[in-house]
Amino acid sequence: MLRRSILKAGAAAAFALSIGTAAQAELNGPVNYIIPFGPGGESDISARLQQPFFKDKFGQDMVVTYQPGGGGAVGWASLNGLSGDGQTIMGVNLPHIIIKPAQKDVGFTTDGLNSFYMFHFTPDAIVVPADSPYQTLADLVEDAKANPGQVTMSGSGKASANHLAQIKFDKMTGALTTYVPFKGTGASTTALLGKQVKAQWGYTTVGAKQGEAVRMLAVAMEDRHPLFPDVPTFKELGYDMVGGAYRGIALPASASAETTKMWSDMIGEINSDPGFRQQMLDGGFALLDISVDEMGDFMAARTEEYLNDAREAGLIK
Amino acid sequence: MELGHFLSAMTPVNLGLALFGVIAGTIVGSIPGLTATMALAILVPITFSMEPASALILLGAIYTGAIYGGAYAAILLNTPGTPSAIATTFDGYPMAKRGDGDLAVALACFASVVGGMVGAIALLFLAPPLSKVALAFGPIEYFWLSIFGLSLIASLSEGNLAKGLAGGAFGMILSTVGVAEISADIRLTFGSQVLIGGFGVVGALIGLYCIPVLIDLVAVPDRHLKVEEDVKTLRIGEAYRIAARSKFNLIRSSVIGTIVGILPGAGGSVAGLVAYSEAKRTAKPHQTFGAGEPDGIMATESANNATVGGGFIPTLVLGIPGTPPDAIVLGALLIQGVRTGPAMFTQSGSIVYTFIYGLIIATILMLPAGLLIGRYAYKSIVTIPKAVLVPTVGFMTIIGTFSIRNSVSDVIIMICLGVFGWVVARFGFKASPIVLGLILGPIAEQGFVQGWTIGAATNNLFGMFFGRPISQAILAFTLITLILPLVLARKQRKAALEGK
Repeated sequence: MLRRSILKAGAAAAFALSIGTAAQAELNGPVNYIIPFGPGGESDISARLQQPFFKDKFGQDMVVTYQPGGGGAVGWASLNGLSGDGQTIMGVNLPHIIIKPAQKDVGFTTDGLNSFYMFHFTPDAIVVPADSPYQTLADLVEDAKANPGQVTMSGSGKASANHLAQIKFDKMTGALTTYVPFKGTGASTTALLGKQVKAQWGYTTVGAKQGEAVRMLAVAMEDRHPLFPDVPTFKELGYDMVGGAYRGIALPASASAETTKMWSDMIGEINSDPGFRQQMLDGGFALLDISVDEMGDFMAARTEEYLNDAREAGLIK
Repeated sequence: MELGHFLSAMTPVNLGLALFGVIAGTIVGSIPGLTATMALAILVPITFSMEPASALILLGAIYTGAIYGGAYAAILLNTPGTPSAIATTFDGYPMAKRGDGDLAVALACFASVVGGMVGAIALLFLAPPLSKVALAFGPIEYFWLSIFGLSLIASLSEGNLAKGLAGGAFGMILSTVGVAEISADIRLTFGSQVLIGGFGVVGALIGLYCIPVLIDLVAVPDRHLKVEEDVKTLRIGEAYRIAARSKFNLIRSSVIGTIVGILPGAGGSVAGLVAYSEAKRTAKPHQTFGAGEPDGIMATESANNATVGGGFIPTLVLGIPGTPPDAIVLGALLIQGVRTGPAMFTQSGSIVYTFIYGLIIATILMLPAGLLIGRYAYKSIVTIPKAVLVPTVGFMTIIGTFSIRNSVSDVIIMICLGVFGWVVARFGFKASPIVLGLILGPIAEQGFVQGWTIGAATNNLFGMFFGRPISQAILAFTLITLILPLVLARKQRKAALEGK
């Protein structure tokens, strides 16, 4: 009896296995890639860079649409209600999807999102106008210490990557700067170029876009960004800061494991294309390859760090 | 060299793209809910395989067409097709009501072409110096600009200031609902997920303007719009004469539109409102703004189309999008491998100048194309039986609202706002102050918070709010706009008394 049931189970397992390999997930027609923000930001631009490579490699159109609202919450709250057939994907952003649900009920949870790949991040950077008196990071820190609160720094939003970086940096240096939140990196860069603030908590992408008009004092990477060989990392200058805003992609939770795996492989393939890598680097992005198998560990580590930072800063309880 | 760029803009492909773009843009813009931003976002992938200049011409033509197309629904249905056309409803719909809808559509077309040309010419000759305007505007300037915009409530609600102000305040409160744009606080949602995205401007426009019109259409037996005689053609000759008489208004409004377009924090809706406000402030005694005054339509329509060229100035020179559709254009350029920024006019000169000439050609093409489509739009709205018109428009409002961000919540909010708007209109509260509050509230809030933060940090709050020259100038205009009508009214009363 026991033997028979073992045999049965074995047969069932073999059958399931054969289905598993046979039931190859595949795309049926154009894919809808929802960006839960408005157009023109880093999330949009990196999606737009993926678009032609996707079409080239997998033969299907990738249609980028926008679902802005609630700092991304409107889109993420709606994601799991969409069909999990693999024809719809949505951009996800860190720290947003970790901080927002920790603040209040925003209609989604970090773990509830089926985030399957993190494909790049925009490293934090301190940016000043080209004619700023701050030549080095030390100049800025010195001024901020001598004149507490007088050094104003623009950034995108509150409880955001920029804001968390500012709080962390102030704590590390013992300096006191004033953070001025703006609606997105574009607006915060405009404020910097217009000298409304003395410096900006931005990203390496700002340096890539603005070129000669700005100077980056330091970037939050392990090694220097290939596009900016002359800009030191915070680490080199003695501040242990590596990070920024991370961007990835999620499927609705109802998507099968096969569909999720297929998508993770496809995004990984685009990410490994030399042409794509070059375009991303030229745009100031830093590539990242966290595939579906590594997502769990990655998210756990990031969640712990962000929540600690936010808690210490009093942004969440 | 300049001639060479002009000729490369005149290739059959580029001419075809310009014409196609203007037509497609006009049609998309005429449908409430479908905005220029959306049209561009969908079409961007098509441009990947094009030459950068051709791609830009197509995108620019769609953009400029969409801004003009927004006028149709504003004039014929009292519903701005795009937010830029809000102030077009003020005089456009009254004109259509009294049977001058054909004239209004033709006027809007002339004004849009003039505005588009002024904006494009500014882009051609003055882009690098004008881009500095974008940087001169800091948080405080945006704060005062939005207060100036709000001062329009006073002149919009003559005789009923209290109700106008109440509407404006209500609109500002609505604008705070949801996740706050910069502070990330979640406000006034009462724990509901429906409200987390807040009250979107486009959805609110459709609800507050279109739904009351639909309810009224069903409630009264009259025809939708008065028709004088048989509809054959737009009154182009008459429109041309009126436009030629108002050339000063057209130029002033176009300049306002260009400058507001350069400001990254404003956009077509603010440009139209500011130009309307100025036209009204300098009105001659016989003009009746708000009751079908042709100059009102021309002010708005020239200003909002001027923002197209104006908005491209910071986009191309600084890499900062002047308006939301410019953000899409910027992304498209990035994928094309074209670097925007101060060096673009010298390094990628051939792309930039070919594009600018293409934009000018598209704007000129808008004249015949716009008049033709306008005639068709007018004819179909006027002649279609009510029993078909109401369900069609009702259906469009729902589709349009849903398509903004595929959200059913937005549709529910839109319908609720619409019914609310119809009810309060019975008590003399108009939709426009509410919409002004909704649009300008966030600009005012952000400017105030940022200005206050910077001012407090540098121990210079007073100087921050009142010490900056541009702020002072905007403040002065605001005071003039608010006080002048009071002074004039007093003078008139005095004169009337002495006359007795």
